[in-house]
Amino acid sequence: MVSDRLAIETVDLWKRYGDVEALRGVDLQVPAGSICGFLGRNGAGKTTTIKVLLGMARATRGEARLLGQPAGDAAANADIRRRVGFVSDEKDLYDYMTVREMIAFTRPFFPRWRADLEQTYRQKFELPLDREIKDLSRGTRTKVALLLALCRGADLLILDEPTAGLDPAMAEDVLQALVGHVAGEEMTVFFSSHQIAEVDQIADHVAIIDAGRTVLAGPLDDLRERYQRVQLVFAGDAPTVTLLSPGVVRVNRQGRVLTILTRDRDPLMAEVRSLAPVSIDWSPVTLKDIFLESVRTED
Amino acid sequence: MLFRPNPASGVPIYLQLMEQVKHAIATGALRPGEQLPGIRKVAEELVINPNTVAKSYRELEHEGVIELRQGAGAFVSEKAPSKRAAEKFRAAQTDVAATIEKLRAGGVADEDIRRLFEAELGRR
Repeated sequence: MVSDRLAIETVDLWKRYGDVEALRGVDLQVPAGSICGFLGRNGAGKTTTIKVLLGMARATRGEARLLGQPAGDAAANADIRRRVGFVSDEKDLYDYMTVREMIAFTRPFFPRWRADLEQTYRQKFELPLDREIKDLSRGTRTKVALLLALCRGADLLILDEPTAGLDPAMAEDVLQALVGHVAGEEMTVFFSSHQIAEVDQIADHVAIIDAGRTVLAGPLDDLRERYQRVQLVFAGDAPTVTLLSPGVVRVNRQGRVLTILTRDRDPLMAEVRSLAPVSIDWSPVTLKDIFLESVRTED
Repeated sequence: MLFRPNPASGVPIYLQLMEQVKHAIATGALRPGEQLPGIRKVAEELVINPNTVAKSYRELEHEGVIELRQGAGAFVSEKAPSKRAAEKFRAAQTDVAATIEKLRAGGVADEDIRRLFEAELGRR
């Protein structure tokens, strides 16, 4: 079950707060070296999942492992803290420190601190070193938090909504720093987001969570290749059919046209040909379509 | 940058990159023996996943379009489409451009032209 090739693994994770089941079965498998986007609507359970992963909350049921170690395990905790970088939604920083002081304060906690990267990102992010954290814009604050996380030499970086509240140019800078970092270092990135476009752009793996449960997960390219929409045009009225192929999500019949959305193209190919339409037109489905389809079926 | 994938199109980005590299070779923008931009450079400039860039380069190598040299980077294969193939391609490009111009002049929308081409080619 557990593999060291997985940077994050959870099995049937549940978390209850009072009467509320915040998580109702989260299964994650994030391969080492990947950039995994963790998508879900607000309140879907993204932050709770991250808290459980980091040992900040204890799961009611199920298993979570980070870099092969049980999450929240006291003995493993020190090691995990050194090897995992975390940027919270709040970008926790000390408001009264200057940027320079914040960096100097953080550095000694991490034996694997990367002075070379610190230099690089200080310049790249154009950080105002002598300004106090409390006076920084949200974007600059995010960049400081990101620098602190990237420079600690972590094997796994977990980010909770890293681009929330940033303007598009700032958001692009943050995404660029992430892809550049992964290209240069052996590192896994797990970031939550409700921005489908940015997951589409930089992730190679995706996990979609809805109402506390993983509804879809896997390599993004696989999902893009398997999820397809096919439009069939018939000479007369489209036949009323029950499709037997596995993976068919939705069938829409209108006049001479039958539109089918499937999460598994291959088995459907022969079946649509057997209906003998005059034209068959396959088209790709966007991650946005996949996302909306996945969270809708849960309602 | 020679490449410009559209992440929101629904087509896997590595496939788009592969197409764009082949297109660049076919048009002569990239010639046999020339070096492709490094994985990190492509990833940073286009802000896409480096694993995706690496995957497209691996697939292109598998198809014999490029060669990956240990430590040195990716190069257009010497066996990549010849000059004659490039000329043939450019001639076809001119034909397609002319056809599209004619259709546009006749009032056919670009979206329809695209669909017609794709349907005619019997995609998949």
